[in-house]
Amino acid sequence: MTSAAATAHAVTLSAQGHGFLSPTGVEIAFLLVGLLTFGAALVTVTTRQLVHAALWLVVTLGGLAVEYLLLTAEFIAWVQVLIYVGSVVVLLLFGLMLTKAPIGRSPDADSGNRWAALTVAVAAAAALVWVVVDAFRTTWIDLDGAAAGSTEVTGASLFQNWVLPFEALSVLLLAALVGAIVLSRKAKAESSSPPVNSRAASGGSPSVPDSRNHPIEGTQPDGPQKPADPGAPAEQEGAR
Amino acid sequence: MNDVLDVALRLLVVFVVFLTFPLIVGQTEHKVMAHMQGRLGPMYAGGFHGWAQLVADGVKFAQKEDVVPAGADRRVFQLAPAVALLPYLLVLLAIPIGPSEGAVGQVIDAGVFFVLAVMGVGVLGSLMAGWASANKFSLLGGLRTAAQLLAYELPMLLAAASVAMAAGTVSLPGILDAFEWWWLPWQIVGAIVFFVAGLAELQRPPFDMPVADSEIIFGAYTEYTGLRFALFLLAEYAGIIVLCGLTTVLFLGGWHGPWGADGLGWVWTLLKTAVLAFIVIWLRVTYPRLREDQLQKLSWTLLVPLSLAQIALTGIVKVVIQ
Repeated sequence: MTSAAATAHAVTLSAQGHGFLSPTGVEIAFLLVGLLTFGAALVTVTTRQLVHAALWLVVTLGGLAVEYLLLTAEFIAWVQVLIYVGSVVVLLLFGLMLTKAPIGRSPDADSGNRWAALTVAVAAAAALVWVVVDAFRTTWIDLDGAAAGSTEVTGASLFQNWVLPFEALSVLLLAALVGAIVLSRKAKAESSSPPVNSRAASGGSPSVPDSRNHPIEGTQPDGPQKPADPGAPAEQEGAR
Repeated sequence: MNDVLDVALRLLVVFVVFLTFPLIVGQTEHKVMAHMQGRLGPMYAGGFHGWAQLVADGVKFAQKEDVVPAGADRRVFQLAPAVALLPYLLVLLAIPIGPSEGAVGQVIDAGVFFVLAVMGVGVLGSLMAGWASANKFSLLGGLRTAAQLLAYELPMLLAAASVAMAAGTVSLPGILDAFEWWWLPWQIVGAIVFFVAGLAELQRPPFDMPVADSEIIFGAYTEYTGLRFALFLLAEYAGIIVLCGLTTVLFLGGWHGPWGADGLGWVWTLLKTAVLAFIVIWLRVTYPRLREDQLQKLSWTLLVPLSLAQIALTGIVKVVIQ
């Protein structure tokens, strides 16, 4: 890999020495992973099995992380795995488990908007590709020198050149967070508490004062699943 | 050629550690739990104090029939144990056990992010198992797993971020190089938060609500038999090794010790990891299971604020000493 990468110069403004007909190993790997990612993304949006769509999304996002790695952006790659695969997909699966999400095909898992969605997707992709190609047309990453996407470099550029967008984004996220809290509190105030209480009563365990603060409890799909007696021993009966 | 040999050797060592250490922890758990409960534990298998009990268990698991429920989603069901287990193998690659270059499987620039990201992927295995089993107890287990992960991922990340701030790097060997003894009191809150959140992510008692055997049979793993079930159990014990190793490296100074840090650094790492693993077992025998709402409350109202306070403290001290 290193010998192949040796042909790559420092970031140059010309494509000389980087013919498209003699790609390096990294470039081939990049293309193959890209094709795999694209295929997984297609399956994600076309499969009729809801949970499979979420799992194919894992493959897609993982493929993207590998692409970042190949572009030497190690930090971004791990953050991609941490946030998207580790949290967003888990959230998705959690949400799917709260629904019926049957095993096998869901015949109604189709939208009448598919052509509109396809149009929007193609337009967005075209715009992104056009912007990226226009911006980086003749730029090549030097794979021999210091990594251009290491944590240190990313951090320095983020907090030197891009502080304002970074802070604006965090304010945006904070606003979304506060909004979510406000919405969920309002929904709770409107819904009456009897269902929770009656469930607690039928479960036979002592009523928990703040159990209604926890949406997980209230939305479990099956009947009274009250938690165990708090004094239940941990697995081994002879614990005491 | 030498490079290839070097890489192969490292991978082999990590793989052997991955296969043996979980068994050692498992056997220790048998014996420690037994003695804490006033009994002897396994005494016959292998002759000396039942040392071969887990080997016998392994043979038993390998002999059992591998059953896939008729209503299950076959492929996802069969894939789940691998998804649960492999991430811990990858994490083990990045944990340094000694000061020298050769004492880590692979130096990773953004090591802290790597280990946390990959550990998070392991939980997907439980979710896949929970959904694909077509069993409502499995589904409940999967739901609880997801809820638990979402709650405890944040404090764990924040606690790790505090150490990274203190060291000024996110590389695991880099953090160890920067370590001083007084980090121990400085980062102790973060250490406790990290360890507790890690326990919750592994679904170890007292955070074993997702597999609570007295109410939902065995959670997401209810339908599994034979080797696939054994792989899930192995993932749990590999997870203990990884969590204890990470806590050692991030908060307890890894190979730093009062003496002998030059040649015997790896002994310190192993010793600290072993003590932490003992504490994991101890907690299992000592504490009753936390109820689901108590679990959530502990994370959101205690661990998250504590880890944020730790980050603030780290920032203040860092600015003052500069």
